Amino acid sequence: MRYLPKSPSERQEMLDVIGVRSAEELFRSIPEEFRLQRPLNLPGPLSEAELIQYFRDRAAENSKGYTSFLGAGVYNHLRSVVVDTIIQRGEFLTSYTPYQAEISQGTLQAIFEFQTLMCELTGQEVANASMWDGSTATTEAVLMADRLTDRQRVLVARSLHPEYRAVLATYARNVGLEIHEVGFTASGQIDTSALAAAIDAQTAAVVVQSPNFLGVIEPVAQIAEMAHASEALAVVSITEGVSLGVVRPPAEADIVALEAQSFGLAPSYGGPYAGAIATRDKFVRQMPGRLAGQTTDAEGRRGFCLTLATREQHIRRERATSNICTNQALCALAATVQLCLLGKQGLREMAEQNLAKAQYALAKLEEIPGVRRALSGPVFNEFVIRLPRSVRLVNAELLRDKIIGPLPLGQFYPDLTKCGLVCVTETTSREEIDRLASGVRRILAEPVRGV
Amino acid sequence: MYPNNYRYTKEHEWVRLEGGTATVGITDYAQHALGDVVYVELPKVGAKVTAGKSFGTVESVKAVSEIYAPVSGEVTEINASLAGAPELINSDPHGQAWLIKVKGADPAGIAGLMDSPAYQAYVAEKEKEASA
Repeated sequence: MRYLPKSPSERQEMLDVIGVRSAEELFRSIPEEFRLQRPLNLPGPLSEAELIQYFRDRAAENSKGYTSFLGAGVYNHLRSVVVDTIIQRGEFLTSYTPYQAEISQGTLQAIFEFQTLMCELTGQEVANASMWDGSTATTEAVLMADRLTDRQRVLVARSLHPEYRAVLATYARNVGLEIHEVGFTASGQIDTSALAAAIDAQTAAVVVQSPNFLGVIEPVAQIAEMAHASEALAVVSITEGVSLGVVRPPAEADIVALEAQSFGLAPSYGGPYAGAIATRDKFVRQMPGRLAGQTTDAEGRRGFCLTLATREQHIRRERATSNICTNQALCALAATVQLCLLGKQGLREMAEQNLAKAQYALAKLEEIPGVRRALSGPVFNEFVIRLPRSVRLVNAELLRDKIIGPLPLGQFYPDLTKCGLVCVTETTSREEIDRLASGVRRILAEPVRGV
Repeated sequence: MYPNNYRYTKEHEWVRLEGGTATVGITDYAQHALGDVVYVELPKVGAKVTAGKSFGTVESVKAVSEIYAPVSGEVTEINASLAGAPELINSDPHGQAWLIKVKGADPAGIAGLMDSPAYQAYVAEKEKEASA
């Protein structure tokens, strides 16, 4: 689909054909009081030179030379230049969502490859063409479980990403879902006895993230079994896709919602990222969004088609499975390229480096007097440490050495004040981990300043 | 083409009353308009259906369409064979491809629906509109 600008005379010609005087007149069906009576509050147009300068100035505001130990849903991973080379091809970069789908064979094939990779990663049978991000994918997975079970009660692990829980709550409020949170134990894993007590015959789904927001890997098979015993569905949310290089895929889950940012998408302020939903074949018709399928054309050649679009918003309106109407094709393509470059072995090696470096960082930090590992459960590339003083104060000191320290968890979990979430990936060097450890050691050895 | 002992709706469903049980399906006209049917979504046994309200969907390669209940009542049986062979709706819409059986339907309500000649006239009118 192309957007072609029109000249004033062409506009006039079009208005004449349909018999209205101005484009404004077309909005007459919207009551006066709901119409904006002033121009949009936007700056005027910029010349090309001004526009380039504007973005150069913004780019210059980026800090350089910092080492970050932040993760919490967004991860620093190596990305190959091949990713940008491919996604910057005009055929991919400038094309809009394929409404006349089958003329866009290249786009459909890219989506098909993405879906195949998502299935292989998650151990599920079918995956969709992508969602906006992990948070909306998780929410859509819950809405899907609600449709499949015709139940409204949803049990959500408190260790699901707090922002994902906020997105879910926004949707839930307006569709009559009842959200109940289930806490975690000293291991950081979901409290299975609290979960057992909470599951009932009205429960649509049990939602867990693994590795969870606190970095701890959940016993997915056991949780799924508990959900299934009450005919509820197990929804597993994955924010760190690289973990699937070493962690067993959540094949026991009924719906998997994945954030694909770790594959070829650089962390950036506000995204864009790409989500995915993978599920069992029998649930495919309640899956939101669309699906690219492989087929053969009239001459028996391999081709690709878009299926399930019949259940999308632009066709089914208010009866659509979801209000998602396009997909994150370009970001999904980036993930596809990065995953194909890594391959099975490469992903495994990458994941093993994350695991080994995080273990090294944990050991170095635990050597520091007063620093303890806060949760005992198994971790991948993130873990929680408890400090003898405020994480924010320690971070402020670390920042002077160009180190962005652990994420303070007290803002999300009052029971985890003085706790910080540390993330270490393959991009973090041993020297950087040593600098973090020596920095924390030095800061904690100094007397407390202020509160 | 359209059996005389069936009654028909404007939304192209048919209903047949035998004893206390009303059997419901979609008409040949409907299957033809939909094209190749690939999936049928039906309610659970025990569910209540309401005359004029949607109780399921028929999905073809072109569209997903609502199926409206011609009668009110409780679903006593669903046609399980359609899950594996939705194409039956195209090949035998008035016979093997019945959708649901309903108990408690009001016979007077059924009698008020179109009979075969009335429905055929209705369909002929629709076809004339479409080709106009």
